[in-house]
Amino acid sequence: MTKHKPEPISIFDARIMRPALLASFKKLDPRVLWRNPVMFCVEIASVITMVTFAMSLTGANKEPVWFTGFLSVWLWLTVIFATFAEALAEGRGKARAASLRKSRTDVTAKRLRKPEFGAAFEAVPATELRKDDYILVEAGEMIAGDGDVVAGAALVNEAAVTGESAPVVRESGGDRSAVTGGTEVIASAIIVRITANPGETFLDRMISLIEGAKRRKTPNEIALEVLLFALTLVFLLVCANISPLSIYSVKAAGHGTPVSLTILVALFVCLAPTTIAALLPAIGIAGMDRLFQKNVIALSGRAIEAAGDVNVLLLDKTGTITLGNREAVAFVPVGGHSEQELAEAALMASLTDETPEGRSIVVLAKQKFGLKQEALPVDAETIAFSAETRLSGVNTGGKQYRKGASDSTLAFVKGLGAKALPSDIEAEVDKIARGGATPLVVSRDADILGVINLKDIVKGGIQERFQQLRSMGIKTIMITGDNPLTAAAIAAEAQVDDFMAQAKPEEKLRLIREYQEQGYMVAMTGDGTNDAPALAQADVAVAMNTGTQPAREAANIIDLDSNPTKLLDIVEIGKQILMTRGNLTTFSISNDVAKYFAIIPAMMLSIYPQLGVLNVMHLASPFSAILSAVIFNALIIPLLIPLALKGTKYRPMPAEKLLIYNLLIYGVGGIIAPFIGIKGIDLVVGMFV
Amino acid sequence: MKELKPAILFVIVFTILCGGIYPAVVTGIASAVFPKQAKGSFITDKNGRMVGSSLIGQPFSDLRYFWPRPSATSDFGYNPVASGGSNSGPTNPDYLKTVADRVKSLHDTGIQGNVPADLVEASASGLDPHISPEAAKVQVPRVAKARGVTEEALNKLVAAHTEDRQLGILGSLRVNVLALNLELDKLAP
Amino acid sequence: MNPYEWLQTILFFIALLALIKPFGTFMAKVYQGERTFLSPVFVPCENLLYRICGVDTDEEMGWKVYAAGLLLFNVMCGVALFAILLLQGVLPLNPQKFPAFSWHLALNTAISFTTNTNWQNYSGEQAASYFTQMFGFTVHNFVSAATGMVVAIALIRGFVRRKASAIGNFWVDLTRSILYILLPLSLVYAIFLVSQGVIQNFSDYKTVPLVQPTTYDKPRLDDKGNPLKDAKGNPITESVTAQSVTIPMGPVASQEAIKELGTNGGGFFNANSAHPYENPTPLSNMAEIFLILLISGGLTYTFGRMAGNPRQGWALLAVMLAILILALGVLYWAESNGNPLVAKLGVYGINMEGKETRFGLAGSSLFTVATTGTSCGAVNTMHDSLTPLGGMMPLSLILLSEVIFGGVGTGLYTMLAFVVIAVFVAGLMIGRTPEFLGKKIEAREMWMSIITVLTSGILILVFSGVAMMVPSAVASMANPGAHGLSEVIYAFASMSNNNGSAFAGLNGNTIFYNLTGAVAMFIGRFAPIVASLAMAGSLAEKKYVPPSLGTLPTDKVPFVLWLTLVIVIVGALTFFPALSLGPIVEHLTMLGGN
Repeated sequence: MTKHKPEPISIFDARIMRPALLASFKKLDPRVLWRNPVMFCVEIASVITMVTFAMSLTGANKEPVWFTGFLSVWLWLTVIFATFAEALAEGRGKARAASLRKSRTDVTAKRLRKPEFGAAFEAVPATELRKDDYILVEAGEMIAGDGDVVAGAALVNEAAVTGESAPVVRESGGDRSAVTGGTEVIASAIIVRITANPGETFLDRMISLIEGAKRRKTPNEIALEVLLFALTLVFLLVCANISPLSIYSVKAAGHGTPVSLTILVALFVCLAPTTIAALLPAIGIAGMDRLFQKNVIALSGRAIEAAGDVNVLLLDKTGTITLGNREAVAFVPVGGHSEQELAEAALMASLTDETPEGRSIVVLAKQKFGLKQEALPVDAETIAFSAETRLSGVNTGGKQYRKGASDSTLAFVKGLGAKALPSDIEAEVDKIARGGATPLVVSRDADILGVINLKDIVKGGIQERFQQLRSMGIKTIMITGDNPLTAAAIAAEAQVDDFMAQAKPEEKLRLIREYQEQGYMVAMTGDGTNDAPALAQADVAVAMNTGTQPAREAANIIDLDSNPTKLLDIVEIGKQILMTRGNLTTFSISNDVAKYFAIIPAMMLSIYPQLGVLNVMHLASPFSAILSAVIFNALIIPLLIPLALKGTKYRPMPAEKLLIYNLLIYGVGGIIAPFIGIKGIDLVVGMFV
Repeated sequence: MKELKPAILFVIVFTILCGGIYPAVVTGIASAVFPKQAKGSFITDKNGRMVGSSLIGQPFSDLRYFWPRPSATSDFGYNPVASGGSNSGPTNPDYLKTVADRVKSLHDTGIQGNVPADLVEASASGLDPHISPEAAKVQVPRVAKARGVTEEALNKLVAAHTEDRQLGILGSLRVNVLALNLELDKLAP
Repeated sequence: MNPYEWLQTILFFIALLALIKPFGTFMAKVYQGERTFLSPVFVPCENLLYRICGVDTDEEMGWKVYAAGLLLFNVMCGVALFAILLLQGVLPLNPQKFPAFSWHLALNTAISFTTNTNWQNYSGEQAASYFTQMFGFTVHNFVSAATGMVVAIALIRGFVRRKASAIGNFWVDLTRSILYILLPLSLVYAIFLVSQGVIQNFSDYKTVPLVQPTTYDKPRLDDKGNPLKDAKGNPITESVTAQSVTIPMGPVASQEAIKELGTNGGGFFNANSAHPYENPTPLSNMAEIFLILLISGGLTYTFGRMAGNPRQGWALLAVMLAILILALGVLYWAESNGNPLVAKLGVYGINMEGKETRFGLAGSSLFTVATTGTSCGAVNTMHDSLTPLGGMMPLSLILLSEVIFGGVGTGLYTMLAFVVIAVFVAGLMIGRTPEFLGKKIEAREMWMSIITVLTSGILILVFSGVAMMVPSAVASMANPGAHGLSEVIYAFASMSNNNGSAFAGLNGNTIFYNLTGAVAMFIGRFAPIVASLAMAGSLAEKKYVPPSLGTLPTDKVPFVLWLTLVIVIVGALTFFPALSLGPIVEHLTMLGGN
């Protein structure tokens, strides 16, 4: 069985480049572009330079034809680079969506009159299925739509959705009842109640999200756009203001020429925060895409951003903090019984126990005492674990072997007429529980033999992970059904900040509400139907794809791998998106310093030759200086596309350090980089001018 | 519009409180505690005749007097009802010509070499009663010659009229020109 | 700097810093209605005022009602002053028989004082009666200062309150500002200023004989009062000898104290705080600078205290101090180098044009940065005559939107708007939805902060551009070339930011400047106020997000540096072209010697 993750798509993959190029021209349509006000202004500026270019062709404008011509070309390139960045990001999403869509080939469904096996059905196309229709899906057939299994159990191949080719069991009732349209039943048959109308299914939603078709701007994005819009307005006024000021200055100085419209437009484009405005849409789309690479689907951009803000993380113990299964690590005899006696009884009680815990008991008993028993005697009667008795074991050779939680086993032996319990049993049980392990008491008839120490194995490296989270300011809370003693011990070992023992669904909900009341952003993972209310309440709710339909409905992020530690990746990507925006904004604005030093002396030189001292870069000529600044301003966009798509690196460290770190790179770097870049371009441009 | 009534009433109340009562109280206390200052720090001669205010400079152009700083008040220098500076910019050609003229007229009276800035640059109020000790010193030979007194006597007079920094640290050393000239008239009429 | 200048400057800042905490605490108590040492006297007065004016003190207001009350009150104040100016001729306390103001000058002046700008297109001793000075200007110095303060307090409440719909009661905040803070301090300071020589009387102007009568050329006027010109167009003059001069009088000290304390800045006399009757000694000078910075500085602590984190207040103060001291250093350095063009003429020493001897360069420089860093606008030095780089410092301090201490209240709320913007970008840079004091910063807060911060900049850019296209506006310049441009930029910077100081050579008393200035002052004042109150309202409604390690600490050095950078960069990016055509090119010209 292979596991195929979504393949990484290289940034400048030719399959995406070509359509993206085409799309970037389509996006020049002002009716589309006005949604990005900064780039819309640049487009208008480009049109203006085309006019001044035409005027210099006819001689109406005295500026050299090559200057206005090149300027116009580079301004258009600035806009196109911006639309291209967005198209490229969308293209990556589309490529992913296309691979998803393949799985949604039209299928015919068997619509049942009644939700019963053997009921009459009619064949209808999947598109005609509506909510609450019942369909029959048999081996070898595609499931026609999202739904819940209401009868039967089947092996389902969900590779189309999850990339996981190992089939999974889907059965009615319980937490494994949800099925996804487009997946295939491999064995046996099920009846599915459809839960989504066509176009609203999980797959449909995923596709449209990934394509960016229904992407709504997030609150942070809107706030940032406000800032960018305001800056653009100010720079527009700055440039407009230069014109009358330069006209006055010409009169005052007695020589020179006022600053021309072409140059003002060039200055405006350089000053406007084009870099961030050009890359802003791409950053958001790329964030979704990065999540998808990790096999996570965010149902909204908001959810990812909220993930970046999370400061309380509710984690299920099992599967997240500890390995899914507990392991037997010791036999502790009581009441004078020997350890081997206990081991033999434990082995008997566990031979038919196929749970990982049961198997680990068998393994331990064999390792320790070389016991060879492989199979139960023929007369053996297996007592399966039940929720009522909370015991399991066998009856064989007239003896009753049992193992189970301490209180239930003790109750059981009392029921068999045991008079006195071993004096040390309570202490041993306690000791094990306090150590974070699960004590499993073993009995033979009315005799208590001892305790098996079933230990939770904390995942390797989890402590470091929590340490990272702490340094990011995120509090981790372990949720477990264990008793408080056990929970405390595991919490200490895993180094979580807090834990909630014997957690019931309504208590989870209450806990989330409490934290939210205090202003915290709470994230949680869940998969069961009883998690649904808590998931709905949480700010960031990650549902396992193996989870039930209600859980998936309540969540805003779906983890296709059903790996609960993914939450950490999600948080990181959420932060990355914000950081990328912030860093590029700072970079974009820092760049203006160098651009001023390039353009201001160039545009004023004829009026005030003294201002030549501001030409600190010693740019070849005024025209070359202005062109170089404009070219730098345009080229920086494609140069930063990889950064926008990959996101700036996130290092878990305290906020203050992170700010300094990013300020040094993007703030100081943003001031220095254009000095070098513009000078470099000027060296080239200067050769021709 | 519920707030309209308090808006009007508060305007009236604060006008009475801050515009009437407050200045009246200040005037009352001030004229009781610091009557001389409150009235304008006027100097009177021995006949009780008002000869000026120790805070308001007067114009002097006679060779026999120490000259104050240039004043840019309108109509004539040191016109107290038209306080203000020249507001000349540092590169204004007219201003530079004015300064050059002032330097020349100082040189014409026998002052040699570079002159202190405060003697050729107008004050902010146009009523600055002070000049720097250096500005007084360069004028000593001229006044001594015109009055027929020794430079030494004048230097002493200037030193006696040089006010120290207030509280020993604030502001700058300065000479009150009106006070100095009044004393000069007493010393050598 | 000589040792005395170092010492007095350092002592000044030590004294200021020492008073920030006690005074800030006092103001916080006043606004929170706690008991202070003044309560026994003023609580009954306060309650009496509320009863007279029909105010229910228990009623808390949402931001809209608060803003409505504030605007109504300010409009009423403006109307009252406008009326006083137009009726000056028939009103009492007018010993010099000054006539009414022209309608456009009255409009400009009324708006100027209502908006705490105190831009003066008139000359106090030649145009304003004692009645106008007291019942007009002095009153407005109080109420406009109080208006600024209450907005800052309302905004602080917005940050502090959680899930609340109200931000305080405007009338209560207003009354407390005046009664507990402005009036007592002004009273004490006015008396102190009198001790230094500031006058306080209601006498007629005094005629005093000159020790040496002065002869001058007086332009001859025709019957209508227009100057006569000869055939060549030169004015005809006659030689006149003045035997005596007239020295103006008036209730100066009572206005001087509140003029500095309320960062109003409108001088009783034309020469403002350079006038020996307004600012007679080096000590009165230091005291006035102290007054200018006191409330704005103290409010940073008030803010920190009310927000439950005094460090946060100190952090803002640190930003203000850093920029103020930087500007002070540059100004002092530029002025002490003198004017090389003048040096060439055989003159030595610092640039003394437009400065008073008694203050010394340190006292002049400190006053200049204090009055322009705050929105005071009183001057003891003629900014127009500063060296180009020196003059660029007061201009730049104004262009930074008046947050370097800033006007009383206005400085704090504008600074907080800068903080919101700085926090927003910094928040993104560390990967979190930005928050400040536990309040999330979202689009609405961004809008309001941007309006608060950028309104003045936009007004300056628009109006200075327009002025350059209006020949009569250009003709108002007193100095030619780049300096003339600086005068116009300074004028609109000063009015839009409600500062009120001027490169005073510019003749502002024309219909163009009176009207554009009135618009600039009005929008520059009330757009940020309404935006700040709206932000207060929306912040108050938000829930509180407790800080964690992932929260950016806004009370530590890195954020202080970042905020400083944001303020400087926003200002520099907005005004670099204009400054390069004004002071920068003039500086280069001065050094080049042409």
